[in-house]
Amino acid sequence: MTDRLNAIDESLLRDLAPQVLAAVTRRFRDFAAAEDAVQEALVAASVQWPKEGLPDNPSGWLIHVAARRMTDHVRSESARRQREELSAAEGSPDQQFAPPADAAAGERDDTLVLLFMCCHPSLTPSSAIALTLRAVGGLTTAEIAKAFLVPESTMAQRISRAKQTIKASRVPFRLPGSRDRASRLGAVLHVLYLIFNEGYATSIGATLQRVELSSEAIRLTRALHRRLAADPEVAGLLALMLLTDARRPARTGSDGELISLDKQDRRLWDRAVIADGTALISRTLPMGAVGPYQLQAAIAAVHDEAPRYEETDWPQILALYSVLQRISSNPMVSLNRAVALAMVHGAAAGLEELAVLEKDTSLAGHYRLDAVKAHLREMSGDLQGAIDCYTIAADRTTSVPEREYLISQAARLAGSDTA
Amino acid sequence: MLMMNAPKGASGDWGVMKWPAEDLKAHIGFMKRFTKALSDAGELVAAEGLASPGQARQVRAQPNGAPPITDGPFAETKEFLAGYWIVDVDSQARAFEIAAGASAAPGPGGKPLNMPIEVREVMSAPPVEA
Repeated sequence: MTDRLNAIDESLLRDLAPQVLAAVTRRFRDFAAAEDAVQEALVAASVQWPKEGLPDNPSGWLIHVAARRMTDHVRSESARRQREELSAAEGSPDQQFAPPADAAAGERDDTLVLLFMCCHPSLTPSSAIALTLRAVGGLTTAEIAKAFLVPESTMAQRISRAKQTIKASRVPFRLPGSRDRASRLGAVLHVLYLIFNEGYATSIGATLQRVELSSEAIRLTRALHRRLAADPEVAGLLALMLLTDARRPARTGSDGELISLDKQDRRLWDRAVIADGTALISRTLPMGAVGPYQLQAAIAAVHDEAPRYEETDWPQILALYSVLQRISSNPMVSLNRAVALAMVHGAAAGLEELAVLEKDTSLAGHYRLDAVKAHLREMSGDLQGAIDCYTIAADRTTSVPEREYLISQAARLAGSDTA
Repeated sequence: MLMMNAPKGASGDWGVMKWPAEDLKAHIGFMKRFTKALSDAGELVAAEGLASPGQARQVRAQPNGAPPITDGPFAETKEFLAGYWIVDVDSQARAFEIAAGASAAPGPGGKPLNMPIEVREVMSAPPVEA
């Protein structure tokens, strides 16, 4: 929020945001306007609390302030609401909105309801991400804009359009029914995964000032897991995030350049986080109902368990990718499986698999295919072929750190070729 | 706005593909530190690196409805825009100083590249009429 607010108050604010928003939405039955009002209340709190001290009932304070903004907003439309505002203004926020006895249970459901709403399938992924970070994560528009490197006005528009779409879709403000609950939960997990991936893939170099999207994704997924502890895919996604994020300190070099898994200094990996993630996925897999997130988490756990890259249990990784390929239509899974195949049966086997995949239109011309081909050609000793493929891949990627990585690989081989 | 123009490689790619690995690393590190220093000094408004010219497309609306999109790279251009910085500074002299710093980014053998950096002023809103 602002630097005037200490870290504890800030995290309290962000934890309270969803339950405050849910309370205001229920009272006024207007999600879009309530969302704006709650943002204003959060900003007001970040300015006033450091000066005046933390109120006795922080969520009551926020609900009160947000509700007052709402009544300002609808005053012209309703004289009844105007009276409500006057009576509300007479008592202190804490008296007016003491937490009900079942506050904990209410909070539990509110976060879920909001997540389902913000990740509604009628929204584009980029809209759902932005709205989730603001409405559930409690981030300001400016912070989200900074994280995605777009102007604040662009992000404000994106959020506003998302809220209009939700309004038009007439989604009721409650949990989805059992009929479409599974698919709606799938959409929620996908949005959380994208937020994590955005932070993980781009938390490099010139972007040091970004809010930590990966940490935010983990926080939100943890909150979801607390509420749906019996769902194996929610647990799988959380484990996947933990097991991947644990490698972050080893993933970039001193100049922010990418370091691939085989070259990482494994002493820098966060062992405590790996232990958490491994315990979680080990508890979850025996529950049955294995899904893509659990499998990816299991693969990450196998990587994290190896003390050295050379000691990686590739046969197990290949087996996991083979199961994953059967239940997932993602072509990137096939690419990763080709690498595992090469590690178990040799580069030639991997290259043969790639030749088959190359005929798949969704992968043709994708830089990742060329990057994997370059890697396998290098393994097979075809250095010139590897340089050519790294160069093509570097030319095709639109990610600056990936391009720098791929060019550096080509340069490294060119250097060893002439030496 | 400081526009960095790079010479086009033989196959329409980046010339940097042929650099020794260490020199490439030094160049990339220089660019990152350069942009971060501008950001830390509060002078940076925006900075972007652009995808390679091989990924470029040219769009020109046409009256006869023919396909208006042409694939790059474009033979007629010898140089292309590789990236840009927009900086907010007090004087033109400071903008030139920054441009000179970017121009001297290290190339092969650690020697300054002395790339051409085109400096253009971003136009402002009209003055407020009283």
